[in-house]
Amino acid sequence: MKQAKGPMGKIVEVKNVSMRFNLARERVDNLKEYIVRKLKFQSVSFDEFWALKNISFSINQGESFALIGTNGSGKSTMLKIISGILEPTTGAVSANGSIAPLIELGAGFDYQLTGRENIFLNGAVLGHSKKTMQEKYDEIVDFSELAEFIDVPVKNYSSGMIARLGFSIATMVKPDILIVDEILAVGDRAFQEKCNKRMEEIINGGTTIVMVSHSAADIKRICRKAAWIEKGELRFAGDVTEALEMYTSV
Amino acid sequence: MSFLEGIKRLIKYRWLLQLLVERDLKVKYRRSVLGYFWSILNPLLMMAILTIVFSQVFRFDIPNYPVYLLAGQLMYSFFAEATSMALGSILDGAALIKKVCLPKYIFPLSRVLSSFTSVLLSLCALFIVMLGTGVEFHATLLLLPVAMLYILMFSIGVGLIMSAAVVFFRDLQYLYTVFLTALNYITPIFYPVSIVPAEYKALVMYNPLYCFVTFFRQVTIYGEWPGISEHLWCLGYALFAVMAGIYCFKRCQNKFILYI
Repeated sequence: MKQAKGPMGKIVEVKNVSMRFNLARERVDNLKEYIVRKLKFQSVSFDEFWALKNISFSINQGESFALIGTNGSGKSTMLKIISGILEPTTGAVSANGSIAPLIELGAGFDYQLTGRENIFLNGAVLGHSKKTMQEKYDEIVDFSELAEFIDVPVKNYSSGMIARLGFSIATMVKPDILIVDEILAVGDRAFQEKCNKRMEEIINGGTTIVMVSHSAADIKRICRKAAWIEKGELRFAGDVTEALEMYTSV
Repeated sequence: MSFLEGIKRLIKYRWLLQLLVERDLKVKYRRSVLGYFWSILNPLLMMAILTIVFSQVFRFDIPNYPVYLLAGQLMYSFFAEATSMALGSILDGAALIKKVCLPKYIFPLSRVLSSFTSVLLSLCALFIVMLGTGVEFHATLLLLPVAMLYILMFSIGVGLIMSAAVVFFRDLQYLYTVFLTALNYITPIFYPVSIVPAEYKALVMYNPLYCFVTFFRQVTIYGEWPGISEHLWCLGYALFAVMAGIYCFKRCQNKFILYI
């Protein structure tokens, strides 16, 4: 059941989220090492690393949101926690609506299957129903401009074709929240323009975008709010222009 | 997550489950000339070889040996295929698990179900041989779905446990093939239970696969109605495996992403 959302209702709420990783340096993933360590009474735990420290902010319905910060600051981790892929060590995230990730294009594809089969598989992976996908199928094929190759196995596609198909599927069914990690436009110039146009349509359609990007231009064009995360700590959350100014002035 | 929510999620993702099963089957037989027919042909050829070996070299006093052998072989190879395919499923699904939030048990479950679909086809092979060797078809065949359900549940449970455990201990991939070979020999597939020495009898009798194979042979070949105790043993193993599987999987599924 969906709750009624006002125009400024909170669509995502991040409350005191911290995320701890165990560094891979001494990863024990085979039995021998595990037993040897247990026998020597060494701990089998790892070096701790806090990727996010006590972060809270909220995102309003219709106010697209950017996460900015240097490499390794924890932006993508935050994005994964919002989309529910990672469970935060402490704290909680509540999302009020359907979430779809604009996944690394082609990550959900089976390269042995044809384009047609992959459209349905990928749609199902994103949690869409058979009915929705059958309705949207023609639109997806049209948008991707792959009609003549649709019954060819995806392994024979070029990387541009794969990206086009992935983008078309991810953006055809409009979610309440779209998670974007660096990918906004793919393919050649003409197709990139189509992508940008589609993103605008999505935003105008009421979808809230949560994105990570290093392109200040893209962020300004799409988002109204932003959070600046540095070394796992939240430095600022609020207006996008202010956030970018603070970020670039460091 | 409550049980009810879990069911709701399964219903939401049932189409994905169906597509993944179809995918497995399609990819398995894509580009082979005989396609799905291999599901029937393969057990027949296996049976032919084993029958020749065991009726010429070792001699067991089993009436209608090919059928006896095929029935055991079908059950064992379903369990072996389903669980070893499920074992790698989380690792194979890593790309998706890292990017999309979806119920992770879908991966082992779909692998077991696709093996199940092909064993259902393989049952035709058994019926063909039964017809060919003049075995009577009994009313007990009505219990065949029950027999299949028991071993399906058991395989789902074991598949869930293995797929979760291998994420943390990759060695299991290699250990498990050794384990399956051992299991093949302690299950009376090509020999009669009567030749097992007394001191090893318990090992064979308490082997879950023994129960499933016996139950299966009773209803298909021998036309015997399985007793209460046979039902209870099979159901007990099946339920225990499913519950242990769900418990283990639920406990560690949130940590998968850190290890794949």
